Amino acid sequence: MGVMRRLLIAGAAATVGLAGAAQAETPKYGGTLNFVVGGNAPSFDGHQESTFAVIHPMAPFYSLLIKVNPENPSDPTAFVCDVCVGDVPKATDGGTTYTFPIVKNAKFHDGEALDAHDVAASLNHVMFPPEGVLSVRRAMYEMVESVKATDDYTVVIKLKYATAAFVPALANPYNWIYSASKLEADPNWYKTNIVGSGAFKLGEVQAGASFTGTKFDDYHVEGLPYLDGFKAIIAPKQSLRVQAIRGGRADIEFRSFPPKSRDDLIGALGAEQVNVQESTWNCNLSVSLNHNFPAFKDPRVRKALTLAIDRWGGSKYLSQIAIMKTVGGLIYPGHPWARSDEELEKIPGYWRDVEKSREEARRLLKEAGYENLSFDLVNRNVDQPYKIAGTWLIGEWKKIGVKASQRAVPTGEWFRSYRETKNYEAAVTATCQSIVNPILDLANNLSIDRSPQNYRDYINRDLDAVYDKAAKATTDEEAGQYMRDFEKGILDDNAHYMIVLWWHRLIPHRSYVKGWKVSPSHYLGQTLVDVWLDK
Amino acid sequence: MHKYLIKRIFMMLPTLLGAGIFIFFLLRMIPGDVCLVRLGGQGGFVDPAAILACQQQLGLDQPLLVQFVTWFVSFFTLDFGVSMWTAQPIIQEVGLRFELSLQIAIMATLISIAIAIPLGIISAVKQNTWVDYLVRTFSIAGIAMPSFWLGILLILGILLTTQWWSGIPWLPPITYVPIWEDPARNLLQLIWPALATGYRYSAVATRMTRSAMLEVLREDYVRTARAKGVMEKLIVNRHALKNAMLPVITVIGIEFAFLMGGLVVTEQVFNLNGLGKLFVDSVTNYDYAMTQSLVLLVAVIFVITNIVIDVAYAWLDPRIRYS
Amino acid sequence: MTTVTNIEPARLPDKKTISTIVWRWCKRQPFGAVCGLILVGIILVAMFADVVSPYDPELNDFANMLTAPGSEFLLGTDQFGRDVLSRVIYGAQTALFIGFTAAFFGSFIGLVLGVTSAYLGGWFDLILQRVMDVFMAFPSIIIALAIVATFGSSTEIVILAITIPMIPNCARVVRSSALQIREIPYVDAARSLGFGHVRIVMRHMVPNVMAPYLIMFTSFLGQAILAEASLSYLGLGVQEPTPAWGLMLQGGAEEYAESAIWIAIFPGLAITLAVFAFNIFGDAVRDTLDPRLRSQ
Repeated sequence: MGVMRRLLIAGAAATVGLAGAAQAETPKYGGTLNFVVGGNAPSFDGHQESTFAVIHPMAPFYSLLIKVNPENPSDPTAFVCDVCVGDVPKATDGGTTYTFPIVKNAKFHDGEALDAHDVAASLNHVMFPPEGVLSVRRAMYEMVESVKATDDYTVVIKLKYATAAFVPALANPYNWIYSASKLEADPNWYKTNIVGSGAFKLGEVQAGASFTGTKFDDYHVEGLPYLDGFKAIIAPKQSLRVQAIRGGRADIEFRSFPPKSRDDLIGALGAEQVNVQESTWNCNLSVSLNHNFPAFKDPRVRKALTLAIDRWGGSKYLSQIAIMKTVGGLIYPGHPWARSDEELEKIPGYWRDVEKSREEARRLLKEAGYENLSFDLVNRNVDQPYKIAGTWLIGEWKKIGVKASQRAVPTGEWFRSYRETKNYEAAVTATCQSIVNPILDLANNLSIDRSPQNYRDYINRDLDAVYDKAAKATTDEEAGQYMRDFEKGILDDNAHYMIVLWWHRLIPHRSYVKGWKVSPSHYLGQTLVDVWLDK
Repeated sequence: MHKYLIKRIFMMLPTLLGAGIFIFFLLRMIPGDVCLVRLGGQGGFVDPAAILACQQQLGLDQPLLVQFVTWFVSFFTLDFGVSMWTAQPIIQEVGLRFELSLQIAIMATLISIAIAIPLGIISAVKQNTWVDYLVRTFSIAGIAMPSFWLGILLILGILLTTQWWSGIPWLPPITYVPIWEDPARNLLQLIWPALATGYRYSAVATRMTRSAMLEVLREDYVRTARAKGVMEKLIVNRHALKNAMLPVITVIGIEFAFLMGGLVVTEQVFNLNGLGKLFVDSVTNYDYAMTQSLVLLVAVIFVITNIVIDVAYAWLDPRIRYS
Repeated sequence: MTTVTNIEPARLPDKKTISTIVWRWCKRQPFGAVCGLILVGIILVAMFADVVSPYDPELNDFANMLTAPGSEFLLGTDQFGRDVLSRVIYGAQTALFIGFTAAFFGSFIGLVLGVTSAYLGGWFDLILQRVMDVFMAFPSIIIALAIVATFGSSTEIVILAITIPMIPNCARVVRSSALQIREIPYVDAARSLGFGHVRIVMRHMVPNVMAPYLIMFTSFLGQAILAEASLSYLGLGVQEPTPAWGLMLQGGAEEYAESAIWIAIFPGLAITLAVFAFNIFGDAVRDTLDPRLRSQ
């Protein structure tokens, strides 16, 4: 199993820098945290949106039912209560019933008390949206039968079948608790209004420029938060975000910087002024080959293309210029189910011997009659890491005589070409999830009629059956074994999908920012409750 | 004069209608829509049902002609609608950015005038000497540099200079404060882009000042003055400058209109939350409602500025008569 | 001297005249001449890029990522280990191709529309002018952005996006010159002789608006290069791995502006130099062609 590997990755997530002992310090109260956000939020409604540009400025305004463990956000299996009491409850009724006691002292920022009815209404808004209301993550909760408030301080969730995928899905950072009465009056009210029960209440929104939050005195956890307030500054240009931290206009950026920017910051400010936190990211960069394109109908051609990619070498070089690093399969490399390096090396495209791999690729192409293969590679016109990866991949394929030409297009067109019209040959794609939850994260590899996310467009009933066994397994070990079989089936002989590299989060921040810990996703752990400034 | 004004304002309408039609249908030809970007831009799960719900919410499933008429009629009843990206009223989204863009445009225009007029005059008076060449090199270099390149170098220069000077790198503020709330902070943020833009845009005005001056200096009355022994300095200041200013004013006016909507690239570099950045954002987000309103807004500003220039022209030069 | 000239073949005086004209022009417009020389240099470099350039501009070389300028890589390498000098050299091809194509079509279509509009007058003129008004009511970068966003950013579309905003500018200038010519009696005379429209336009009007046309053409050259760079900066210009100056300044140049400033400096200098030369050269051409300025 990938125990060693898991340890290694957890190690990488540890704080690098001088303030390693920071956690032992007593937090100080006061101060305002300034951070930069690399995107402009669409609406304010987390249930209806799916971008970090919503999470980073607005998560501090809201509570969740359960959340990742802020003490160890790198652990993909540890969750704690936010507005529920005690530990995250264990399932009863053969794994199909979860009963959550709700805290009694939680309030919304406008003074209204928060109770079980608000929690139930919010989760229902996500899982069973009323007509005309958009819920982005509805499909994640297909296992849920019902969510009910049985009294003012108890929420009961019933599942259709027991599954290991439920609790991580419930901890999704977008499942903000809204007021039941406001949702009833207008289910879209939260698109343009912010009233939560989080540690910070809204100060001011400057459209397209900034959000400010101030400490909420009635926050339901005694003694928190530490900060007096925060200011989220929207700055889409990456270079400017780096310069903002350097020039004292911001203290931290929560998404990720490329390696060079980290080096520049340390170079300019000195190592003791900058702390760097790193983690493998629950996002991977992949190549989708349209199985309807004549050449890619042939598994030998698909296999040749994946064999041509020197992942280990790419990891070494690309990690110096791009936000990508970890070599991995379909399962997040930090998860207990993930393959170890030794296991990966047996899969085509992950061989250590690059020359042998390319030789085999050329042989397969010749055998399939596609020695002079050329195709169009649709890419997203975003540098990090899409265009860097695309430019690198073209170079890799060139080495086995394949000519790919890159066509970088704006996000909407990129997405449409591989998702809606399926009118593409090959595409640089990415999968980016919040909570590590392999069962749900890999669902996009099911046959096309079962998953609209299957942009490769194939049908493979054998693999679907393996997946179903994993999804309905009652023990983690069993689920894990099936998921690993499923992963092998996708990557190995069929070469249905090509994971290039996993992304790598690099957060260089001013060293006086304490209490914030990097997690595998830029969506997680952003309530700012535990953050304090050592100034 | 009134009749002329009314006629000019009336003639705006076909231009604006044309601009509206042009941008409306052009945008609709872009593959993809705002829902795909909003929900699919992050690489997470995308539920086809969610995309459909989003499209229905925004009325994107209605026939094009219906969408067009609805939008165009409401625009001229001053109901700009809501942004498809943020769901906030467009007028609210535009308000603050308009303020910032207007201030930058004014500051840059002033800087551009302060550079262009003296340089243009010197260049004309010292025509074909090394002074002339130096001035022209300086001014053409401004317009030959890509604006974002100038911006990148300027920001880097500020950071490095302040670090060298005081040991602590300093960056101008990156969030906007209205000038009446905190004038110092406001100017500290906006002076840099205004300088970069003003310098760039001074090139055209400098060239115009130079050639207008040259032309005027050859006119008979200047020759007469010169023959009468009037001092050269006096000729330039009293006689030539006043008459050379008309074309220069036109150029500056047109530039001002462009500055209001055209600082697309500079605003990106300096993280200015102005109209140009809003335009780029709305185009990349497929926010049709916002893009259309912005385009019409820019067109209105442009057309009105042109009318103002023409009126100012007539007022300054009584020889010009409008019929 | 004179006797010698007389017995020489008739073609020689012509040649001499051309070189004399060029020489005289250079003496009168030394600044323009220097810039013209720079332009010739850039064009030659672009034409013989495969000979002058030391490396393949698209070759990724991860062993030499972000190498500082030195003897091996004169202008250093970028984040993919590609030689900056080679990319600047090949970038000249892209810049000139886009510049000349956009300027040619922009001014040519403008010329045709302007002359036709002036010649035909009436409804055609009125409607065309209103259409031109529409396009002239925005900063050109906005039109270009909208076009590229709609149709994608292949090189052809980028050229189209740069060209379209140029057309009304040129058409308007040409039209006003053509209107003056239309009133001159010989056009009337030609018409009364029963010559066709095409012939009158081509033979009598077009040659007479060549001066404003050439002026517009030269000023468009620089504008097109800058417009391409701006589009690239916004991520909507030509695409990687094509070597193009604007593209070289996007992404990497900003990201590495500090630790590898050569990536940001050289392509920017190349753009500035080329646009500068086009502008000054264009000015010199204008001073020569514009009869009002000729007396200088």
